[in-house]
Amino acid sequence: MTWTLTEMELQALMLSLRASVLAVLVSLPPALFFGWLLARRRFPGHDLLNAALHLPLVLPPVVTGYLLLLLLGRNGWIGGPLERLFDLRIAFSTTAVVIACAVVSFPLMLRAIRQSAEAADTRLETAARSLGASELRILLTVTLPLLSPGILTGMTLAFARAVGEFGATITLAANIPGLTQTLPLALFSVTQVPGADAAAARLCVLSLLLAGGALVTAEVIARRLNWEPQT
Amino acid sequence: MIEIDIAKRQGDFHLNIQAALPFQGTFGLIGPSGSGKSSLFSMLAGHSAPDAGHIRIAGRTLFDAHRRIDVPPARRGIGLVFQDGLLFPHMTVRRNLTYGAGPGAQTLFDELVDTLRLAPLLNRRPARLSGGERQRVAIGRALMAQPQFLLLDEPVSALDPGLRADVLTLLQALHRRTGTPMIYISHAPEEIRQLANTVVTLKDGAIADISRNPHPYPLGAPAPARDMLATG
Repeated sequence: MTWTLTEMELQALMLSLRASVLAVLVSLPPALFFGWLLARRRFPGHDLLNAALHLPLVLPPVVTGYLLLLLLGRNGWIGGPLERLFDLRIAFSTTAVVIACAVVSFPLMLRAIRQSAEAADTRLETAARSLGASELRILLTVTLPLLSPGILTGMTLAFARAVGEFGATITLAANIPGLTQTLPLALFSVTQVPGADAAAARLCVLSLLLAGGALVTAEVIARRLNWEPQT
Repeated sequence: MIEIDIAKRQGDFHLNIQAALPFQGTFGLIGPSGSGKSSLFSMLAGHSAPDAGHIRIAGRTLFDAHRRIDVPPARRGIGLVFQDGLLFPHMTVRRNLTYGAGPGAQTLFDELVDTLRLAPLLNRRPARLSGGERQRVAIGRALMAQPQFLLLDEPVSALDPGLRADVLTLLQALHRRTGTPMIYISHAPEEIRQLANTVVTLKDGAIADISRNPHPYPLGAPAPARDMLATG
């Protein structure tokens, strides 16, 4: 047994890492916006929007992937015009992996940020306002720092979910080595090969290290960010 | 002058306040729960708007329903001190104090740190402060923004009696040093007697009484002398 990664393992690992990081970064701005909106504002259709945004959490991932394929495939509502006008093909590409990971992990980030925004004391923003702070300054110096534990939790959960994403990815992006084959997809492939238990075990360990590493990193950052609530 | 002529209806509760008083010293605003103290605080601070009327303080119109003026809270120039301090939990005491400070506020900072005895606390986070320390920081933070006046909403009601007296004494000292007028809201007559030159009593959403208190308790006077002054 060798400690050096095979080309397939390295490709799957790097793709999983890249797709998961990008999925988290792409999801963050809308999760911040909608998390804040759902926590702080009441408007007609509030509950409907909340349910719609959480849908990927409860739908079977294959269904999410299929719906994305209907939207982004070569004949899809968005994918069709993109290919005709800009020669852009999304389905079965690395971009499709990122999109599948982002859509499926988005509700977890949204939920953590929304709960954090609900729990944050809005009177602190009132206090900042009374000290003459502009709304932008309040957002940057009070609101976002107060939400930061929730943001971090959301990012960690979303990353872990994206690393483990399988159903939506294989439906929208297929399982193409070097292009769309992430760690779970690579593991799925080797389990189809008789006598490849060692290869499967190595991919399991890689997945474990990736997700575990994210959790530990998040824990360390959270400890640095964390402040004790006033009692 | 402080000129208030406002009306507000909140469900069954009607607030109707008219007053025109010289704006100097410390105003004590007293009344039982449900008398309208919190509503008045919120309208002075700009967190809610009266249905009708106007609020003018020291010649500046903060609200005028007829002229459609409603100065936003950030531009009212009012230093707010809340019952529970509301310090920013993720900032040190120093950053809390300087949050609303304008440029060149170092002298004021030094003066406030000295008067409020904050020097040993500057690098601590609010979670590491006692209740009295938090309120001292909250008062300092409000004054660092150099407000036109301070609006204090029951700032010592959550503290035990020893700390309460300490914070009130510091408020008196600060008032002498900075001269910043204060509106002090409380349901506790002894706090109002200690601080206020003018006592406004609210009852059922209206002013029931306005009285002068020419001799608030002097600093450090022994209790019997203070009681004589209070009743005399």
